[in-house]
Amino acid sequence: MNLDKLDHRDDKLDHRDDTLDHRALAVGDVVAERTFSLTRDSLVRYAGASGDFNPIHYRDDVAASVGLPGVLAHGMLTMGVAVQPVVDWLGTAGWVSDYGVRFTRPVVVDPLEGASVTVVAKVGVVGEGTARIDLTVTYNNETVLGKAQAQVTFN
Amino acid sequence: MNPDLVGRVFAPVSPYLVGREKVREFARAVFATSPLNHDPAAASAAGYADVVAPPTFAVVLQEATLAQLLAEPDAGIDFSRVVHGEQRFSYTRPIVAGDELTATLSVTSVKTLGGNAMVTAESVIVDPQGSHVVTAISTLVVRGDDA
Repeated sequence: MNLDKLDHRDDKLDHRDDTLDHRALAVGDVVAERTFSLTRDSLVRYAGASGDFNPIHYRDDVAASVGLPGVLAHGMLTMGVAVQPVVDWLGTAGWVSDYGVRFTRPVVVDPLEGASVTVVAKVGVVGEGTARIDLTVTYNNETVLGKAQAQVTFN
Repeated sequence: MNPDLVGRVFAPVSPYLVGREKVREFARAVFATSPLNHDPAAASAAGYADVVAPPTFAVVLQEATLAQLLAEPDAGIDFSRVVHGEQRFSYTRPIVAGDELTATLSVTSVKTLGGNAMVTAESVIVDPQGSHVVTAISTLVVRGDDA
C-alpha cells in the first residue's frame, strides 16, 4: 500500500472552513484550484472501490482492440476527483447537494507518465444559502468534462 | 434501441448497507482527504452519524440498477458500444456510513442522434423509511455502426 501517494496535492489552499464566509461570495470568484496526478495505480484503485472493472481502464491490449488511444481513466473517477477541491473548500461550512457533468473527452493514462488533470472551481451563481460552482477540468490543455456544475448548500 | 423502454420502472435492487470502510475506500480512490470522509469523530462533530460519503459515491449503488437495464432482454443495448455520456447526482442529504439504501431504476428518455442512441435512466435511492436520499441520473450513449 502506498497511501501517501494520495496526499500529493499541488494546491495551495488549505481547509478553509474557519474562514469561509459564503455571504461574501461573488460570481467569478475562484474558490479552489488543484492539479491531480492520475496513474495506472489510481485506475486500479478506483476500479476496486467503485466496482467498475471494465478492462479498458487497466488493459492496454483491450483498449487498443476497441480503437482507443490507450487505457482511459474511468469517467466517474475524473468526475469524482474534480469535485474534491470544492469539498475541501467547503469543509464543514456546507455540502455538495447536486453535481452533474458531461463526459466530453477521454483522459488517456500513460503507464509511465500517468495523466495530469487540472481543476479550477469558480462561482457561477450565488443563491440564498446556496451557490453553483462551475468546474473547468482540463487534461493536455483540453477540457474533459462539459457543464461540470456543483450546487453547494451552506449549513 | 427499443423506444418502448421509456417509462419502464425496474424492480428495486436489494438494500445496500453503506459500510464505514467502503466509504473510506471510495474516498481514497477519488483523492478525498477531508476528515469528514475518514474520521467518525470529525463527522460526528459536524453533526453526521458516521463518516460521510463523497458526492459521487452513489454510483456504487447505481451500478447494480444500470446492470438491470443492460440485461433487459428487449432493450437492444450492446454493452460493448456503450459510452458514459452524462452523469448527475441530486441529493436530499449526504450518504453516511450505516445507511441502508434501496435503489429503483426507471428509464426517462430514449433518443437517437446522428446514428447514436442515447438512453437516460434515473436511479432513485431511498432509506428504509422511504425518504429520498439521492437520485443518480445517467445518460448512456450507444454508438452506432459508424460512430
